[in-house]
Amino acid sequence: MKISRRLFLGGTAAALTAPWVNRGFAADDITIASIYDLSGGLEIYGQPIDACLDLAVSEINEAGGLLGRQIKVQKYDPQSNIQLYTQFATEAATSLQAATLFGGITSASREAIRPILSRYQTLYFYSPLYEGGVCDRNTFLTGSTPSQTIGQLMPFAVKNFGKKVYVLAADYNYGQISAKWVRDYTAQAGGEVIAAEFFPLDVTDFSAAIQKIQREKPDVIYTLLVGGNHMSFFRQWAAAGMAGKIPIVSTSFGGGNEHIVLTPAESNGVMAAFGYFQEIKSPANEAFVKRYHGKFGDNAPYVTEHASATYNAVHHWANGVKKANSLDRMAIIEAIESGSTVAGPGGPSTIDPKTHHCATDVHIGRVKDHSFEILESFANQPPADTAAVCDLVANPNDNQQYVIQ
Amino acid sequence: MDYFLVVLLQIAGAVGNLALISVGLAVIFGMMRVINLAHGEFIMLGGFAAISSVQAGINIWLSMLVIAPLSVAMLGIVVERLVMRRLYGRMVDTMLASWGLSLLLIGLATTFFGNRVVGIAAPVGSFRIGDYSLGAYDFVLAGVVLVIFAGGYAVLRFTRAGLIARATMQNREMASSLGIEPSRVYAITFAIGSALSGLAGGLLAPISGVLPTMGVAYVAKAFITVITGGASVITGTALSSTLLGSINTVSTFVTTPVLGDVALLLAATIFLRLLPTGITGRIFKGAP
Repeated sequence: MKISRRLFLGGTAAALTAPWVNRGFAADDITIASIYDLSGGLEIYGQPIDACLDLAVSEINEAGGLLGRQIKVQKYDPQSNIQLYTQFATEAATSLQAATLFGGITSASREAIRPILSRYQTLYFYSPLYEGGVCDRNTFLTGSTPSQTIGQLMPFAVKNFGKKVYVLAADYNYGQISAKWVRDYTAQAGGEVIAAEFFPLDVTDFSAAIQKIQREKPDVIYTLLVGGNHMSFFRQWAAAGMAGKIPIVSTSFGGGNEHIVLTPAESNGVMAAFGYFQEIKSPANEAFVKRYHGKFGDNAPYVTEHASATYNAVHHWANGVKKANSLDRMAIIEAIESGSTVAGPGGPSTIDPKTHHCATDVHIGRVKDHSFEILESFANQPPADTAAVCDLVANPNDNQQYVIQ
Repeated sequence: MDYFLVVLLQIAGAVGNLALISVGLAVIFGMMRVINLAHGEFIMLGGFAAISSVQAGINIWLSMLVIAPLSVAMLGIVVERLVMRRLYGRMVDTMLASWGLSLLLIGLATTFFGNRVVGIAAPVGSFRIGDYSLGAYDFVLAGVVLVIFAGGYAVLRFTRAGLIARATMQNREMASSLGIEPSRVYAITFAIGSALSGLAGGLLAPISGVLPTMGVAYVAKAFITVITGGASVITGTALSSTLLGSINTVSTFVTTPVLGDVALLLAATIFLRLLPTGITGRIFKGAP
């Protein structure tokens, strides 16, 4: 049989797209999509998020599912590559027709897929903590924002350690914008950011920064360092004999298992503020951790705030579906806006209808021997930073991310 | 004054760092004209070898200085036998083959070691200069680099083996007509170059953490240093790493790490424009 070139090309194209099309779902399952990096440099963030998503979905399914139907998750792994994020988001929204999508780890990936999901009218939940400001009726954000974490951490730092703050941040939108919030909240607390340095995600040599810090002599160092390469800062800091000499506070340390990978000599004493720590002592959290280890075993990844917020996000969506009694996107959005609270493992998470962000408890913890000890907790912190600029009740067609100047 | 001294020491550290990651490539590229794009992965495997043996309980110095170079040297011998031997003289083909090798090694490392950054604590402490606290490990690095370069220079200049190596590098046909077996020289040289890359990886593990994809960042800088250095393996690499390392460090201190890298690349561009055959194409020509 003579195979023409056209036939060959067409056949190859069809064969190559075959893996992407999954026909394994029962006809009456509800399909939702998840896009989280499960390999590559961001794997360390994606693994616990994925596990908590599974846990939430299995809890809902065991309780009877939604609208009498079971939920099936179609997972995509973008392999820490943003191009794949946009590709998978388009596919989930169009060919898969997912009821909703949970996805995005870095702020860059979120901003890559948010417009796509808006255009294709697929409901979107973004759960990791981020720099705040997203104002989009199609999106619900369950992670903590600067007013909640930085807003409590800076007064704590200035009160306990001193007025001069030195900031080290990752050089992309999250680091740049969060650093501006640090500057703001430090000034409000009576302190001052004496210097801010930004490092691209592939920088591993912090020796110059360490010497500059010693020259400036700050009272406290604020780190917004992200990813495996930036962990080298803490190693080099300890190698320079500076561990424990200047207090370090952070709203990113711990989200990538830094306190587990680094040795106690390198990480003890670092303080972090999150909406959730696995070490929180509360009945809800202890039950959650027990269920989590029961499902995934004792060696399951450490539960970060990104992961617990994803758990909350799934339950918020389920609340919306039950209240609206339908899978229609606008009906679910209006149902969630009319009030949705999830008794999450970190404390109650309540969606604010004006901003689509969550009011959550916030905790400050300090690293001790590969785990955090909780120092202070603040109940029910509202997402004040986004609320100051975003009102979806008054402007339902607003669709942008507000950035602090 | 203290700060000036600190910056000077940082420069020494950065120069040593750059020299360390480049010397393995300098040996392989400089002596055999083989473009080894898997150089970064050899460094990465040296790092993993050091970390694995430390985690298995072996003394850290032994792991970094002996086990890491030996294991990568063995890999180098295998690679040379299977892949490089057939491609001598074909520069583009060696590029392609080593690029494929680099992808293969990254995949294998990811499969066996996972994709998380692993590290070990620096084995030496710190010391103070006035108000500043510095890690002493940079000195260890600089010391090892000095030993390698001095030793390499001595071997190439003063020993018979070095003479054979230089002869084969300059004129393969003439060397073989004088009774030297070039394929054996090449095999040994490739093994030594791989061992040096493995040593670099082992020594860098405590300060930068090891990740399967870390090689990409190193191979670019190593190539730039080696090509700017020119034909001489030891002298050229030493000169270019001193130059580029100083420019990089000073710019980083004055501005940011990003601009420090930009300054390094700019300097390399200017140098190559002025001296297309590298520094030792004109100055110190013929030195080992």
